Formats: sequence, C-alpha cells, structure tokens
Amino acid sequence: MGVNREVKRSFWVKLVGAPIAMFLFAYALVPLYDVLCEITGFNGTTGKIDQESNFVVDENRKVNVNFFAATMPGFPVQFYPKDVSMDVVPGKFYSTSYIAKNNSGKEIIGQAVPSVAPTDAAANFRKLECFCFNKQVFKPGEEVEMPIRFVIEPGMDEHIKDVSLSYNFFKLES
Amino acid sequence: MATDTIAAHDDHHHGPEKGLLRWVKTTNHKDIGSLYLWFSFMMLLVGGAFAMVIRAELFMPGIQVVDPHFFNSMTTMHGLIMVFGAIMPAFVGLGNWLIPMMVGAPDMALPRMNNWSFWILPFAGAILLSTFFMEGGAPAFGWTFYAPLSTTFAPDSTDFFIFAVHLLGFSSIMGAINIIATVLNMRAPDMKLMDMPLFVWTWLITSFLLIGAMPVLAGAVTMMLTDRNFGTSFFDAAGGGDPVMFQHIFWFFGHPEVYIMILPAFGVISHIIPTFARKPLFGYSSMVYATAAIAFLSYIVWAHHMFLTGMPVAGQLYFMYATMLIAVPTGVKVFNWVATMWKGSMTFETPMLWALSFVFLFTIGGFSGLMLGIVPADIQYHDTYFVVAHFHYVLVTGALWSIIAAVFYWFPKWTGKMYNESLAKIHFWWSIISVNILFFPQHFLGLAGMPRRIPDYNLQFADFNMISSIGAFMFGASFILFTYIIIDGIRNGKPAKARPWESAKGLEWTLGSPAEYHSFDKAPSRKAIEQESQHTSVA
Ligand code: HEM
Ligand SMILES: [Cu+2]
Repeated sequence: MGVNREVKRSFWVKLVGAPIAMFLFAYALVPLYDVLCEITGFNGTTGKIDQESNFVVDENRKVNVNFFAATMPGFPVQFYPKDVSMDVVPGKFYSTSYIAKNNSGKEIIGQAVPSVAPTDAAANFRKLECFCFNKQVFKPGEEVEMPIRFVIEPGMDEHIKDVSLSYNFFKLES
Repeated sequence: MATDTIAAHDDHHHGPEKGLLRWVKTTNHKDIGSLYLWFSFMMLLVGGAFAMVIRAELFMPGIQVVDPHFFNSMTTMHGLIMVFGAIMPAFVGLGNWLIPMMVGAPDMALPRMNNWSFWILPFAGAILLSTFFMEGGAPAFGWTFYAPLSTTFAPDSTDFFIFAVHLLGFSSIMGAINIIATVLNMRAPDMKLMDMPLFVWTWLITSFLLIGAMPVLAGAVTMMLTDRNFGTSFFDAAGGGDPVMFQHIFWFFGHPEVYIMILPAFGVISHIIPTFARKPLFGYSSMVYATAAIAFLSYIVWAHHMFLTGMPVAGQLYFMYATMLIAVPTGVKVFNWVATMWKGSMTFETPMLWALSFVFLFTIGGFSGLMLGIVPADIQYHDTYFVVAHFHYVLVTGALWSIIAAVFYWFPKWTGKMYNESLAKIHFWWSIISVNILFFPQHFLGLAGMPRRIPDYNLQFADFNMISSIGAFMFGASFILFTYIIIDGIRNGKPAKARPWESAKGLEWTLGSPAEYHSFDKAPSRKAIEQESQHTSVA
C-alpha cells in the first residue's frame, strides 16, 4: 500500500483517540445528567433549602399540592401520605408527613426518590426537611410517621395551579 | 493464467486469488466492497422477510398470524437488521468500491483492517439472529431498546444482542477510521479537498459522525450490560439511576445515526443528477458546507425524540427550534439538485429515475419530519404510524433508494456488463408505485391515532392497513425482480464501455469496465482531475 501524503504519528493517535474519548463521554453524560437535573429541575428533581427564609408572600395566590406514594416491587412496606392534598401559598413553609408500616418480619432499609410534576414547578419546590434525604431503616412490624417540610418559592410560574409530589420507595441492599 | 512470470512479479500485480479463500483473505477494496454489498443485500432480504410478517399480521384487525410477543420481536429485529445490517453496510460497501477510485488512490489506507471490519459483520449478524432460537426469544423491546424494557424486563438473550451491537459498532468505527485515513492521506497529490467529488465529501463527514456517535452507542449498551449482570444501576431508579437517561444517551447516538444513513445518499444523488442532466452540479461548495452543517446540527437535536418524556417547556422549545434549523441546509441541497436539472438536457435512464424519485420522496419525508419537530403536533403524532411513515420515507425512499440508484449507476463499472434497461425500468415503476401504496396510507393511520408497534388495532384503521399491506407484498415481490436483474446483468449483460453514461464525470470512469483489480498505482494527473471534475464546467 502506498501513502500519497506524509502522515504524522499524531494523526493516528487522534483518529483512534477520538472514538475512545467518545466512549468515555457516554459515561461522562451520567454525572452531567444528574447535575443538570439538579440545577434545572428537569425530570422533576426537587431542590433543598437550608433555612426558613422570608419570602415575599402573596396571600391571594393559591396552589394545590397533591401527595402520592409508591413502592417498587419487592418492597414490603405499606407507604402512603397522611394528607392527600393541601392548599398552599407560595412563599410560606408547610409541614405534612408520610406513613410507612413494615409488614414483613425483617428489618428493611429503603430509600425514597422524590419527583415533582409539572417539571416547571420542580425547581421552585424546595424541601427543608425530608425522609428522602437519607436512607430509612424500618424495624419488623414497625409503623413510623415521617415528616416533610417544604416551601414553594414565589418565583414559580403563575400558570401553575396544581403541583404533585410523589415518592417512590425502593429497597437498598442492606 | 497463474504462470511463472506473473507469480514472479511483485505482489501488486497479482490478479485476485482463486477460490473461496480469496474472499476470506482479501484486502482489495473492490473485493471488500463487493462483500459488503452482497452481505447487506442478504440482510435486506432477511429484514424484508420480517417486514412481510409484520404486514401480514396487520393485514386485518385481530391476531391471526403470529403471537404478540413474536410480533414485537419482528418489529425489533426488522429495525435492527435494516439499520445495522442493510443500510449501513451497503454504504460502507459503496464507499469501499468508490472512494479509492474517486480520489485516485490504489486502495484503502488500512487494507488489513478493512478485511477485519467486514468479516466481523457476518458474525455479529449471526449472533443477533441466533437469539431467535434462545429461551425468551429474540429482542422484543424495539430497535431503540429503551430501558427498563431492555434491562429489567428482557430475556437473557439480550446479552447476545448487546455483544452483537458491540461488534457492529467496532466494525463501523474501523470502517470510518479507514475512510478518513484514505481520503486525507491517499488522495492523489494533485487533488485538493475542494476538488473531491461529493460522494467522497459526504462519506468523509459521515465518518466523523460515526466515530462520534457509535462509541456512545457502545457506552449505552455497556451500561445496559453492567446493569443487567453486574449490579450497576445506570438506568434503574431503584439504585439511583434513571431510565430517562437511557433515552438521552441513546438518542445522542440515534439522531446522528439517522444522518449517517442519509449523508452518503446525498453524495450518490449529487453524482447521478449532473450526469443525466448534462450539467455540472449546481452549488458544489454550498453542498459541502450544507453537509457539514447538517452533521454538526445532528448532535444538538436529539431530544426531539423525547418531547413526551416530561421535558420542561424551555427544553421543548430549544429542541424544536434546533430541529427546524436542520431543514435549512437540507433545503439547500434539494434546491441545488433542482437547480442542476434546471434547463439541463435530461434523459431518464434507470439510475436517474431512482435519483429523481429520491428527491421527491425524500422531501416528503423531510416535511413529515418538520411536522414531527413541532412540539404541540408531536404530542399527537409521537409513537403513531405517522412516525413510521416519516422514517420510512427518509430511509426507504431516501437511503435505500440512493443505494439502488448507485447500484444501477456504477453496475457497469463494477461488473463490466450492462443490466437489462427495460426490465430495470419495469422494476423501477413497480417499486415506486408499491412503495407509496405501502407507506403513504401510514400517514393517515398515524394522524388518526393508530399506535406503532402493536399487533392489533381498532376497526376504524382496517382499510388503510389493508392497502398498506398490499403495497408491502408488492414492494417485497419487487426484490425478486431486482435480484433477477442483477444476476442476469452479471451473467448475460452486454459488455459495458469504460464510460457507459456519456456525460458521467469522475476519475472512476477513466478506468476500464470492469475496473482493473488494481487501479491508480500511479496517481492521476492534475489535468485528469480537472477534466473529470463534476462540478466545474471544464470540458
Ligand atoms: C428535515 C429533517 C428531519 C426532521 C425535522 C426530523 C424530525 C424527526 C422527529 C421530530 C422525530 C421523532 C418523532 C417522534 O418519535 O414523535 C423523528 C423520528 C425519526 N426520524 Fe426524522 N427527521 C428528519 C429527517 C430524518 C432523516 C433524514 C432520517 C433518516 C435517514 C430520519 C429518521 C428518523 C427515524 C428512524 C425516526 C424514528 C425513530 C424511532 O422512534 O424509532 N429522520 N424525526
Ligand atoms: Cu432525530
């Protein structure tokens, strides 16, 4: 085989390096995706808030928050919200709780994953306190009440009148 | 013929080796091109057979022919085989045959790797098809293999599917590296980049898409593999992962992939139209820039496949506008083809018929793509037969059409024979009528709400489905005639001239018909390059 042009070593390095770099890029998308979701609330990822800040409150604005609960297959804990829905005023802090009852004879460790819909609301839905921040240990037969404290920031888009918060519990390999 | 004198010669002047081993060991770009083309033709028939099963089941409402799970395997394997087994290898085959001749190179830059990239394919294809005989059956989760269908809920045979995808990816990446190296290093010294014919340009740009996109696909299936077998949770919410992320990674590959399948087609059409319009290609450099622009844009529009995954409005807007933007360079191309024909002295030999109908029908596919790119419309159209109609117009009457056009156009150069023109014309009209009976009604089905990938349907969809199925059987049968024309041409065709189309330009036409086994041992001169340029009007 004859080469008509002079080829530098770096040419081959780049040519073989590029696909390898793109393979690694696919993996780099994983953390990138998480970061992006956290910043923007894409995909219903909720935000945290560290303290009870004072927001400007517009008492006339009402938002209805609905609470949902679900468990993954193979998670023998009964799990449901104490309140099905609440009317809230953006800028004020509210508390409610979820109830979990371990129906099995074994200790179960679980983690709840939150999601807010619509996604446009997610970035403004902030939690001060939540059982989803940590993994939870359920003793055999035990029933627990797990509080959450949250606020909807007043910056949330005006057109949103209903927000739903759902948790999905799954089992951690203990 | 293998006399002592020839044997004593240096390796370069050998003719092909005798016997079957020639094909196993060959490093000759023409042999490998033929291997690719025959392989993809066989895969086209296999994938086509699956499509016949699909259309037979959809002929009437109700479940008559196959059970629903097998139906899902059919749609899945049809898509996978057509994309990875038929269209992509066919273009690599065309690239192998044509690129060295078009740039005046003696062979591909890496001939041994070329042999490898081909011979991986039959094994990958066999592994993929063998899943039919495994417990749980062949993949049934769609060619897009969304998690968790393909992870949590898929049978063990999925691991073989993953391995096959790895092999196919390897093969394409090696092919792309080879083409880049050939075009950049082996080009005749007097050929500048902007002298290169468009098929070479489009393939060069496609190669960059391949090395950018295929490794991401490899990454996605590797994550699937570890999710399935090694306890990772990339796509499993139960372990902190996210199935929606699978779709992002898949479509980050998937959208460039659809352009991998169409850019070389643009190249083919840009050769055929000037030949039969007897005019130089209109707007050569804008064609090159448009191709590059399409390639670039194809990396930033992927989420138009995911408008319904719960994306924020801002995301939907961005991906909608970015998608619309692709229509601009695509429009430039269509405009240039039409302008090339404008006031040309056109004749309508078979390759031209295929190329002309490509321009019409591909544009229909582009329009339905635009409709799908409009978010509020896509909410209605997504996952319906409208999407199926869209991508079959761009892939069948686009990519496949250009491949068939190319086969007729370069057939004399490859085989040294002429195919039977009147049979080929009958075949063309048969194909173009049946393909529209097959796919056009699917637009209406989709608009009326018929979901894709479902073996049964509501009575209201019955008529159009029956029409579509009849078109499908007719179109399927057209390949019997196609096979006959090709084999008859190879066996009994009249000898072809070196330049069988009087106005054809391009270095490949300066070679004999069939092209000599070793061509361009000596690079073509500047004069030859200028004379054979298809886009300048030097006589
Ligand atoms: C003007 C250019 C194009 C536009 C605006 C466009 C737009 C779109 C959109 C928005 C979808 C998603 C529809 C949905 O799932 O709801 C789609 C699907 C698709 N397009 Fe295109 N498209 C264009 C050209 C092409 C070309 C050139 C090809 C291939 C050669 C192609 C192949 C596909 C395929 C295979 C799918 C379906 C993927 C699947 O879900 O299985 N498109 N297109
Ligand atoms: Cu796309």
